[in-house]
Amino acid sequence: MFVLTELNSLAERASASSKQRLGVCDLSKYFGNFAANKNISVSIDRGEIHALLGENGAGKSTLVKIIYGILKPDYGTMVLDGLAYLPVNPSHARSHGVGMVFQHFAVFDSMTVLENIALGLDGRMPDQALGLEIIYLCERYRLQVELGRRVSDLSAGERQRVEIIRVLMQDPSLLILDEPTSVLTPQEREELFGTLRRLSDEGRSIIYISHKLDEVRVLCDRATLLRGGSVIDVVDPRQESTKSLGEKMIGGRFSETKRNKIPEESTSPRLSIRAGEIVPKTDQALILREVYVSVAAGSILGVAGVSGNGQETLFDVLSGELRLVNPESMLLDGQPIGDLEVEARRDLGLLSAPEGRLGHACVPELTLWENVILTARNTRGILKSKYLVNTAQAKDFAAEIIRTFDVRTSSVNAKASSLSGGNLQKFLIGREILGNPKVFVVSNPTWGVDAKAQQFVHGQLIKLAESGASVILISQDIDELLAITDRICALCHGQLSRTHATAQMTPEHLGALMLGQEVSG
Amino acid sequence: MDMILLSAIVHAILVASTPLVFAGLGALIQERAGVLNLGIEGLMIVGALAGFVVALSGQPLLVSVLAAAMAGALLASLFGFLVLRCLANPIASGLALTLFGLGLSALAGAQYVGLSAPQVAVWHIPLLSNIPFVGKAFFSHDPLVYGSILAATVVWWFLMRSRPGLVLRAVGENHDSAHALGFSVRGIRFLAILAGGGLAGIGGAYLTLIQTPLFVEGMTAGRGWIALALVVFASWRPFRVIAGAYLFGCVTIVQLHSQAFGVSIPSQILSMLPYLATILVLVFISWRSKGKGSVGPSSLGKTFKISH
Repeated sequence: MFVLTELNSLAERASASSKQRLGVCDLSKYFGNFAANKNISVSIDRGEIHALLGENGAGKSTLVKIIYGILKPDYGTMVLDGLAYLPVNPSHARSHGVGMVFQHFAVFDSMTVLENIALGLDGRMPDQALGLEIIYLCERYRLQVELGRRVSDLSAGERQRVEIIRVLMQDPSLLILDEPTSVLTPQEREELFGTLRRLSDEGRSIIYISHKLDEVRVLCDRATLLRGGSVIDVVDPRQESTKSLGEKMIGGRFSETKRNKIPEESTSPRLSIRAGEIVPKTDQALILREVYVSVAAGSILGVAGVSGNGQETLFDVLSGELRLVNPESMLLDGQPIGDLEVEARRDLGLLSAPEGRLGHACVPELTLWENVILTARNTRGILKSKYLVNTAQAKDFAAEIIRTFDVRTSSVNAKASSLSGGNLQKFLIGREILGNPKVFVVSNPTWGVDAKAQQFVHGQLIKLAESGASVILISQDIDELLAITDRICALCHGQLSRTHATAQMTPEHLGALMLGQEVSG
Repeated sequence: MDMILLSAIVHAILVASTPLVFAGLGALIQERAGVLNLGIEGLMIVGALAGFVVALSGQPLLVSVLAAAMAGALLASLFGFLVLRCLANPIASGLALTLFGLGLSALAGAQYVGLSAPQVAVWHIPLLSNIPFVGKAFFSHDPLVYGSILAATVVWWFLMRSRPGLVLRAVGENHDSAHALGFSVRGIRFLAILAGGGLAGIGGAYLTLIQTPLFVEGMTAGRGWIALALVVFASWRPFRVIAGAYLFGCVTIVQLHSQAFGVSIPSQILSMLPYLATILVLVFISWRSKGKGSVGPSSLGKTFKISH
């Protein structure tokens, strides 16, 4: 009897293993009392591109870290190619044919491409033999890379290619990609999808982590939806609409934000910059060229571009952190402001919220009400005199932001660093919007923010524009730019493109613009 | 100036530089792994005392040097425990290590003050040491002078030509990426701290075994700090540490001999010279790399925490 059951289970294994690559069974992982993964079961077939879909904190990253051996599960089992699988570390996982491409690329900037690839391969040296193997592999998958270049000189797409080559060199049967398109241009994204499809045609399985619904619908065969550490559903994304997927993912109503009415073009801009060349604060940043752009009252201007193409300098110029020599090169309602510093610009109604939430936009170790003083001190009587703070006023203002902008936090006395990304962003945007800006400059406001907070921020920016203010949105997120801006331009290698009406833009057009190719229209 | 005097000066420069070469290499290997250890001075003087005590007991040079290395590594392991395991602030821990080392060596070494270490035999390199001038200046030294150059070669080969060295540099460059690839950041850093502590200990032992050869409280006299500056001067490259150490040794010896040549500058100013030179060189390096950011390991001095 005993022998029979064992035979049965063996037979089951054989039949399962013929199709299944990885089986995850009842996996749980706790950090203290917090369940990052709760009884998760997932099955991934050979040659399948399988999406793990969920918001930040849904447990996607924890799950793949367990599969890749970075974390150990508290409960549950895994089966890889029909055999029990429990990696003790990433090296162990690699030896079983599991490879991973990280979201924040695990590359070493000051080292060459060859050295970076060697580091991901157990026991390999960055020598000529390895170089030849890499060249052979790159030809096979039509990937382009220069082995002798330093990674610090590469674009985000090229860095990702380094990671992918590093993983492919291990001849993996299961490939994990964590949010791989967050820093890619549309063209780079298409190239990546082509590579992934080629890999899946060879029978390799791919786990594709994302919260971008459109991508998953285009690329993936199946999707496992995670929410709060548990599996909600397993679906065929091709049979779903973006809306139905989105609602399953966030567990609530999902509405795509759209502008209702586009303001009419105005001849007198609210803010305009005219500068042929802007030299940045450090040698590392790019020199900005041909910055001729203006934004009308009630309008949202988008500045697209992959990060590192001059966005920081442009933001600094707009906010006043970098002052221009010629005051006339920047006009706010006809008034020259090019040489004014941040505070003077704020007093005139030009407010800004930088990309770096912790450290640039606020001091992480200060409380929320203290952070209010940093930018909003000249409003609402927060300063009693030049040197004295009216604490009660600051706290009132912080409380008002928390109420109006739906910030989830314990109190105004919470440290800024204790808030989640989405809640802190809502607070920081609220701090500026309640200051009634004439012009609001904001950089990557929804980077690393969950879908609900993202919708909220978009809604607030639109509301602000509809109330008559101008908004300048510097962003890497193409979907965001196309959804809420009226006019759009792009930064590539410090060069600012012409401005186009968003209504006439397609993602392909915008991608070309981000790569420095001018488009007509 | 006659040739004999000049060759003696060159000889003296090499002797004065050797402790800095060892200590500089010790700091370099730790910093390449991303560990900023300001305790080099403390490691040196503890090594100095340990080597001296073992030498007094009649052990051969090799054993004394090994004892110094072990003492340095042992004290460094305390630093490693604090910084890597307890996640203590590395700046404060390093300063504490220096003060602790100076105090510990003064206490334990009080009974040895005034004693003299046995003379160390000089290795005359066959043939080469017979060349006039060059032979006396470069090829008639104690074994440790040659050992310091060998050590720099080994450190260079390890860092630039071996896989463990590649991994060590990767850990210093970006510890989060290294962790994600599955390298043990703390393990590698701990080994680097041990190796660095050992080298700093040998640097200290050179003072008590060969250069003076006595033990006096606080006798490292700031050499640990110079060694740290040398690493920046050398842009974290082993052979440039030798070059920097010899430059510093040169200024030290020249100021000693300048009075003999009849240069009448107050001795206090002269003894400031090596340190002034260090400051000038560091200012020059920062000025030259202005805006390009640091050329050092990117994760240097940053505390590594495993995040989920």
